[in-house]
Amino acid sequence: MVLLAFFLILPLYLDAYFLHIMIMTFLFAYLSRSWDLIGGYTGQNFWGPSAIFGIGGYTSTLLFFYFKLSPWLGMLIGGILGMIVGILLCYVSSRFSVKGIYFGLATLTFSQICMTIVLNVDAFGGVNGVLLPLIKGNSLFQFQFHGKIPYYYISFFMMVLSIYVMHYIERTKSGYYYVAIREDEDAAQALGVDTLKYKLIPTGIGCFFLAMGGTLHAQYLLFVNPDFFGLPFTIEMIIRSILGGVGTLFGPIIGSFILTPLSEISRGFLGGYRGVHMMIYGVIMILFMLFLPRGVGTWLEKLYDYLESFFEGKIRFSG
Amino acid sequence: MTLILQLGINGLLMGGIYALAAIGLTLIFGVMGIVNFAHGALMMLAMYSAYWFFTLLGIDPYLSLILTVPLFFIFGGLIQKYIIRHTLGAPPINQFLITVGIMLFIENAILFLFSPDFRAVRVDYFGAILSIGELIISLLRLLAFAIAVGLTGALYLFLKKTDSGRALRAVAANKEAAQLMGINLNYIYLMAFGIGVACVGAAGTIVSPLFGIFPHVGHLFLLMAFVVVILGGLGSFIGAFLGGLIIGVVESLCTLFMPGSTKEAFVFSIFILVLLFRPSGLFGRGG
Repeated sequence: MVLLAFFLILPLYLDAYFLHIMIMTFLFAYLSRSWDLIGGYTGQNFWGPSAIFGIGGYTSTLLFFYFKLSPWLGMLIGGILGMIVGILLCYVSSRFSVKGIYFGLATLTFSQICMTIVLNVDAFGGVNGVLLPLIKGNSLFQFQFHGKIPYYYISFFMMVLSIYVMHYIERTKSGYYYVAIREDEDAAQALGVDTLKYKLIPTGIGCFFLAMGGTLHAQYLLFVNPDFFGLPFTIEMIIRSILGGVGTLFGPIIGSFILTPLSEISRGFLGGYRGVHMMIYGVIMILFMLFLPRGVGTWLEKLYDYLESFFEGKIRFSG
Repeated sequence: MTLILQLGINGLLMGGIYALAAIGLTLIFGVMGIVNFAHGALMMLAMYSAYWFFTLLGIDPYLSLILTVPLFFIFGGLIQKYIIRHTLGAPPINQFLITVGIMLFIENAILFLFSPDFRAVRVDYFGAILSIGELIISLLRLLAFAIAVGLTGALYLFLKKTDSGRALRAVAANKEAAQLMGINLNYIYLMAFGIGVACVGAAGTIVSPLFGIFPHVGHLFLLMAFVVVILGGLGSFIGAFLGGLIIGVVESLCTLFMPGSTKEAFVFSIFILVLLFRPSGLFGRGG
């Protein structure tokens, strides 16, 4: 609760640069949290979330660009479209028994195909993407604001929403089915769990949120371009989840709170030296996979346990 | 008609290089079960090394192979020993991220050191051609193809005839049984990764006079290598070789029908279709 209040008041004290960092942090926390439902919690090797993210971004932007449809509505439509695509990917792969690494590669390739399509079809903007028509001042209806603060609150709200949804799912019977599928799909099936259905549902939910995140990003940047479909976005989403603790509730959030500011700030300091901040990123990825493969969350848990037993020991002595 | 034949031959010649790169990837996967996303970046590294050998020391890229192949073998061994080894039991996503981390590091180190400018290795015999009737065959491409196939053949003999080669195949076939036979897994993994990286290092060196060199050129080859490997069957040497040739030809013929980068979408679609309908590829061992 205190934390919530803290974040709600924070923007009044931050300047544009830090607001930007927080907006990106919330956005990626939201995206990671959504991916984690599919990839971490249900254990699907979904390596193409940028495809869904891009679909969401392009849908709402194109609908606004060509039909003046409110981006909020576009966001919902994009969300549904992304959900359908995700479900299709999952369904077709299940039917054809494309599992494990192969599913990962297939979804990764799918995001590349999306990128190629968007690059070569002029109606979708081609190489430069689609620029959102600029609106003077603020417009809630058109999801565009002059300053960063409204975006801050929107992205914060979406992050909290995704956490709440995940928290709810964790405690339902379906949630346990997802875990069962993650741990051992065949065993789950043998026990009577409808694995197909309980893979499609979290994929659908996750993709719905991923696509809406695409809209948020597009509205914040005021454009959408083929890079939305690229491997970098996929990596950003997945790595925050893994780093923070894959499959846990707050893992992806923690991951984003650690990595995003790090990434933005290092880009600020070192961006002048081409590529250095990405080198650092690569090193961080390697180091984390080597030393904290289950993420910071697990390490924090161990730390907490250690501190707890340490203090208990102390109390016993003096008692 | 001649155009098709011309494109086909060019594609075949290029395919030999794809095959060599893919063989490295499939060897690593077959023996260790690791999908090496850094493969493209390593190939790019080899292209740059060929460039610098040529520009600073005047060594012809095909001669520099003598230096490059052992260097990359050692480099691969180091990567395996200090990084990859620790993720062998981890879930695929972790292996994905660690090799991506290596890719990011290598690509951006090169970006930082050498800038994003295109570089080219311009050998003197760049323009030499062989004409057969109406067909024009670039001697450079032919040489590249010949060396790539030669190295592939040498590797094949190594795998088939030597004890180490047989040990590699044994581990790829059945890890536990190989261990029971007294094969040292760590040593084999080291060798497999080393050879895999040496292959892609050779491929990069061989292709350097044929392509513009820039830090992100590895992405193209990485995706091609993946498609080839899936088409041929993950873990299959022959599959990677034939797959490479096939994809080379297909890619070349695509330019007839579709503009610019759409041929990429086509190649990717082949990839997905193979995954759906024949996941074990042409020669592979199963999905």
